[in-house]
Amino acid sequence: MLEVELDARRGGFHLQVECRFAAAWTVIFGHSGAGKSTLLRLLAGLDRPTRGRVALDGATLTDAARRIWTHPGRRHSGLVAQQPALFPHLNVAANVAYGLTRWDRTKRAQRVDEMLALVGASELAGRRTVNLSGGQSQRVALARALAPSPKLLLLDEPFSALDGAASDALLERLQAWAQANAVQTVLATHDVSDALATSAEVLLLHEGRQVALGPAAEVLAGERQRLLGRLRDETR
Amino acid sequence: MDWQALLLTLRLASVTTAILLAVAVPLAALLVLGRGRWLAALEALATLPLVLPPTVLGFFLLVLLGPRTAVGRAVALLFGHPLAFSFEGLVVGSVIYSLPFAVQPLVAGFAAVPTSLVDAARLLGAGPVRTVTTLLVPLARRSLITAAVLPFLHTVGEFGVVLMLGGDIPGATRTLSIVLYNQVENFDYGAAERTAAILLGLSVLALAVIYSTGQRRATARGGHRA
Repeated sequence: MLEVELDARRGGFHLQVECRFAAAWTVIFGHSGAGKSTLLRLLAGLDRPTRGRVALDGATLTDAARRIWTHPGRRHSGLVAQQPALFPHLNVAANVAYGLTRWDRTKRAQRVDEMLALVGASELAGRRTVNLSGGQSQRVALARALAPSPKLLLLDEPFSALDGAASDALLERLQAWAQANAVQTVLATHDVSDALATSAEVLLLHEGRQVALGPAAEVLAGERQRLLGRLRDETR
Repeated sequence: MDWQALLLTLRLASVTTAILLAVAVPLAALLVLGRGRWLAALEALATLPLVLPPTVLGFFLLVLLGPRTAVGRAVALLFGHPLAFSFEGLVVGSVIYSLPFAVQPLVAGFAAVPTSLVDAARLLGAGPVRTVTTLLVPLARRSLITAAVLPFLHTVGEFGVVLMLGGDIPGATRTLSIVLYNQVENFDYGAAERTAAILLGLSVLALAVIYSTGQRRATARGGHRA
């Protein structure tokens, strides 16, 4: 259970969210500029809110009033952003192993192989990250975030560089893995088909405000109608 | 050729550079990664020797490290002799004098590392030390080389601070710059030319190291220099 009560200002932008993510898989849906990335950065601990708190399974990660702020590396959370941010001086395997310093060498190597296989990037292990395509970089960034076994996985449009079929297949594999490992996942997207495909709980954001929270079919009914209407117009 | 002065100069520059790198890397990382208004004051303090005339800095240090101040007496107790007019005193002066030449390239190099990479490292559990050693330093390698070479050269050619703080004691504080000054004062232009040529050669060699490193990186990236 992820409890979020946040109030944050960034320049002229004001984000206000108060909700509980009870489902294991939650989608934050909103158009560009809705505040999805800002919310994920606050959940990851990369930014601090003006007011509010974040708690995961009862453990407080951020509480502005009590001046509690857990370092991002000690939150047991992983973040995959739209820009993969792979370390350019390390190869793919070393990138995936970066968060596994406390693991012994054999287990670390096994974990790297396992995670690269999960995201379909086993053949990339020895490659330099600067030579990867956008889609390959996103797969490696996902493997790197999953490797330390996070309790909370934050995904910010993580498959934007993958084509539809590859993205769907990876999303399906990731959902199965997250369920098997009891990882609470929050996926931010502006793609209504992505949001509907996961049959998740959806938080609808608009200009920093929480508009609705509930089952995808209910919350995104309007978006779904809009999408169907657009498809009808295109086929005419 | 005054080999004793040459060796002393190289020893002073090497010790100064080693101490400066140990101080400048964490200081530059703090200036880039840290938060707080006091960091601006710290950066200004670290840059101050750049605008301070060397003789003024040398004079302040001479007074500070002399027997009239508590600091001078404490340091004398620690080293067993006053720092003024000693090799150790020259090292202290050189470190302070060349601090901006080590810190500024590192600040520029560390600041050029994308924030998204630093965030990724933090999320993967890296604390400040690991972020600096495994991310900032490898990605700012050229800045690190510049931060080593510039203070080395600066120390080799240092005159004002050396003269004020160290005087001219053979084997202890007489560096090549002092030798050159003495040779010119004695109208020994032949010897002065040789000494100046050595100082010039060291500078050219060091700059070649900096620029060839940049050239290799640009070639490795498939880029070219404008």
